[in-house]
Amino acid sequence: MRRVRIVRWVSAVALVYIGAGFSTVCYAQTAESAQIDQLVLFRLNERGIPPSEICTDAVFIRRVYLDMIGTLPTKEEVTVFLADSNSGKRRQLIETLFDRPEFSDYWSMKWCDLLRVKAEFPSKLWPNAVQAYYRWIRTAIQQNLPYDQFARAMLTSSGSNFREAPVNFYRAMPQREPKAIASTVALTFMGMRTDRWDEDQLMGMAAFFGQVGYKETAEWKEEIVFFDPTRKLCCPDTEKEVVPRLPDGTGIALDPHTDPRIAFTDWLVGSRVFSNNMVNRIWYWLLGRGIIHEPDNIHADNPAQNPELLAYLSQELVKNNYDLRHIYRIILNSKTYQRSAIHNKGNLSDETNFSRYYIRRLDAEVLIDAICQITETTESYSSDIPEPFTFIPENQRSIKLSDGSITSPFLDLYGRPSRDTGYLAERNNTPSAAQKLHLLNSTHVQKKLNNNKALFGMTTQKVKGKKKPQTVWLKPDKAVEGMYLTILSRYPSDEELQVALDYIKDSGLSRYDASVDLVWALLNTDEFIFKH
Amino acid sequence: MRMNNGMNFTRRDAMHLAAAGAGGLMLGSPLSASAVPAGKAKSVIQIWMWGGPSHLDTFDPKPDAGPDYCGPYKSPIETNVSGIRICERLPLLAKQADKYSIIRSMTHGINAHETASYVTQTGRPVGGDVFPCTGAVVSRFKGVDAGYTGLIPPYIVLTKPQGRFSESGFMGLRYKPFATGGKPSAPVFAVEGVIQQGITQARQNDRRTLLNSLNTYGRMLKQNPQLAEMGLCKEQAYELILGDAGKVFDITTENPKLRERYGKSDFGASCLIARKLVEAGVPYVTINYTGWDTHKKHFDLMNNKLTEMDRGFSTLLDDLQQHGLLDSTIVWWGGEFGRSPKVQWEAPWSGGRSHYGKCFSHVIAGGGFQGGQVIGASDETGSEVAERPVYPWDLIGSMYEQLGIDPAAQLPHPQGLDVRVCATEEDGITIGGRLREIMS
Repeated sequence: MRRVRIVRWVSAVALVYIGAGFSTVCYAQTAESAQIDQLVLFRLNERGIPPSEICTDAVFIRRVYLDMIGTLPTKEEVTVFLADSNSGKRRQLIETLFDRPEFSDYWSMKWCDLLRVKAEFPSKLWPNAVQAYYRWIRTAIQQNLPYDQFARAMLTSSGSNFREAPVNFYRAMPQREPKAIASTVALTFMGMRTDRWDEDQLMGMAAFFGQVGYKETAEWKEEIVFFDPTRKLCCPDTEKEVVPRLPDGTGIALDPHTDPRIAFTDWLVGSRVFSNNMVNRIWYWLLGRGIIHEPDNIHADNPAQNPELLAYLSQELVKNNYDLRHIYRIILNSKTYQRSAIHNKGNLSDETNFSRYYIRRLDAEVLIDAICQITETTESYSSDIPEPFTFIPENQRSIKLSDGSITSPFLDLYGRPSRDTGYLAERNNTPSAAQKLHLLNSTHVQKKLNNNKALFGMTTQKVKGKKKPQTVWLKPDKAVEGMYLTILSRYPSDEELQVALDYIKDSGLSRYDASVDLVWALLNTDEFIFKH
Repeated sequence: MRMNNGMNFTRRDAMHLAAAGAGGLMLGSPLSASAVPAGKAKSVIQIWMWGGPSHLDTFDPKPDAGPDYCGPYKSPIETNVSGIRICERLPLLAKQADKYSIIRSMTHGINAHETASYVTQTGRPVGGDVFPCTGAVVSRFKGVDAGYTGLIPPYIVLTKPQGRFSESGFMGLRYKPFATGGKPSAPVFAVEGVIQQGITQARQNDRRTLLNSLNTYGRMLKQNPQLAEMGLCKEQAYELILGDAGKVFDITTENPKLRERYGKSDFGASCLIARKLVEAGVPYVTINYTGWDTHKKHFDLMNNKLTEMDRGFSTLLDDLQQHGLLDSTIVWWGGEFGRSPKVQWEAPWSGGRSHYGKCFSHVIAGGGFQGGQVIGASDETGSEVAERPVYPWDLIGSMYEQLGIDPAAQLPHPQGLDVRVCATEEDGITIGGRLREIMS
């Protein structure tokens, strides 16, 4: 009889492992992180919202890996971290993760979303330029190029799309007239949508881009972006030349022989909107919600939830020479970032004040990479646009896909951004039934589940007197523990272990099939699918 | 209780939509598009000729233009409609010509796959926002938002999505198609997620119980709205896994003779499944039929592919009629462009045809469109439109009209911009006009 004995319970013990409560947490906080906490707490106290407690080490390691490097920690990484009794281990882990190649991969992916890096449609970079641009972006992130220099390199660039990679900023947009360029610059570097602006304000900014020229060369898909002083931007109605005016309303005297983009960039990188936009985006990326939300819809009627906090982070960015890692560091080391996602009696309804860590579904690329890591499988990617086709090595991670035109049904299904517009909302992490269906029951995932035999606790060994290597199974409790550490980055609770062992024993399935089902179940838990 | 099974429907979406409606962002509720007469058509089957099929070698033969144009296809055949001739490799379709009309003056002038696909499938000029394709628009106005409660998602793609301009454009994930994956002609068509070979119903149930027991975190955060939403999605998914959805995709129960007529190819099986889906009330089915980007060995490829296409397409038309579905189902055949009328005999093409957007053919049948007609004409070599140009927006606008979709209804836009279903001259396009000639 195949009846499964499954215990139904609401566990208090489980809280120890994944909830708040149990504190092995020690702090060696820097003054900057403490300042962030103070500013957040001030607002929470004002509103009478009690913050959640600090998360456990097991929750922390999973969270910080996913948030910083878009990668699940391995079983070994988890066990070493959990066993470490050093009080500064969280801070040390954060520092280690900055140096991982996946840090550069993951943040290149995020930046390429904003910068609309894709070979074709609606903007047309074409494959060669995508590669050049991607390499430049990734190098900048890997070397921690100060953010003002990163922006300046793009905004003031001239030259070939193959040789001067940052010029692709001006190519990665569906329309290239001065107004469209100004809109893209405002969205990217100011977090503002110009459809809310007055026409005059937009035209004034567009005038700084009125002399951006484009020309082709004899080489296939090579294009030169250059300063063309013979061009000018005229008002379509009056046919008069538009006078450049900065977005803050001030006029500016320009030398007619100098590229006006330089004057604009000088203003931009010195402005508060520039630094505010960047720290707000980082806050959004790490905490799931902007201090101004949405981060790319900054305008007068959409005030910051915590202006002092925004001002503080912004000031830290400028004071530290636009070192983006400094901002990551002070946020990641704060208690605010390290709070549990589990609500208490008073903060369930808080979705704006950062009283707890807001759960988010894993990004499409991160999710498939995590599944591949657990099952030791790969994904195939290729591009049929445009010919000649591009093939991606099988073992390459999905967070490392440089070209937004290269995709898969899985990535589409899980809301990977199409990189059409650069809006953050293009990345859609809303759960859908179709996604659930895929993870529960698709051949794609089922095939993967069968691959990693070691995860089931299965090994093969040579046995004396037998020609063929024999299958040797790990003890069931050890195998289950391994599954939990690999998939959920924690040890199982006693009750969970018991449920799993009962399933292996009583389900009527072979040890192999029962193991597949256990891995399947853990992959389908909310705990796996969400960052928490 | 049957839940709302639009695959991408979520509670959060519903709340967003409600909020957006209240905020006045979405004036054109699909349910209140009142001035528009109810359509004759209920569903669309789109046979997407991925890669761009040659118009000369299908529905616009040019035997008089000489071998540099027509290659080996010198003797087009008469159809059952006097005066209409099509490629000699399409004998079965020749017997069905009274059911469809051929548009021989399709044009947009674009020769790049991506851009041409976008324009042909969205009916929109290039530039600015990325618009949804026809399937996503129909899904919006005939799908869950409009009260569709079928078990099968309202917009199905057999089998692989194009992913090129992400189908739903700015309308996003909610209106994306459900792509079946799998191999339709296989003994068991494993529709991704719905049909899983080797996992019995009993094991599915055991797994589900196991998952519920191990979902510790989900239980702890039961009140969290995001997890509640995920829970709802899971229930919907299980309705598809454990319910009857799989039967609609199962063609093994169909008459073997009928299956034979459709052909045992993936395309033939897809056509049969498309009929079953439409029969089950699905408003939009796309068959992504690949392999038409024939730069090299063009005629060798065409010899095989045309036979396969002829069987599937012709049987679909006949079968729809037998089931009384043709009057309510638009069948739309066509690709992103045609192929160069002049054969490229030189190396490296050695008898190939390149991309050609200036003049090509599409075919339309059913759903209130009359058959047995030819719309427009190309010149003597099929290189230029000779009369009655039809642009993608003319064709797509005509389909929307037959479906009862208001051309001026608003589309949901993420930034709340006012965008309408159909492009107009204000969008900078030349209008060729709706297909009044064949619209009853």
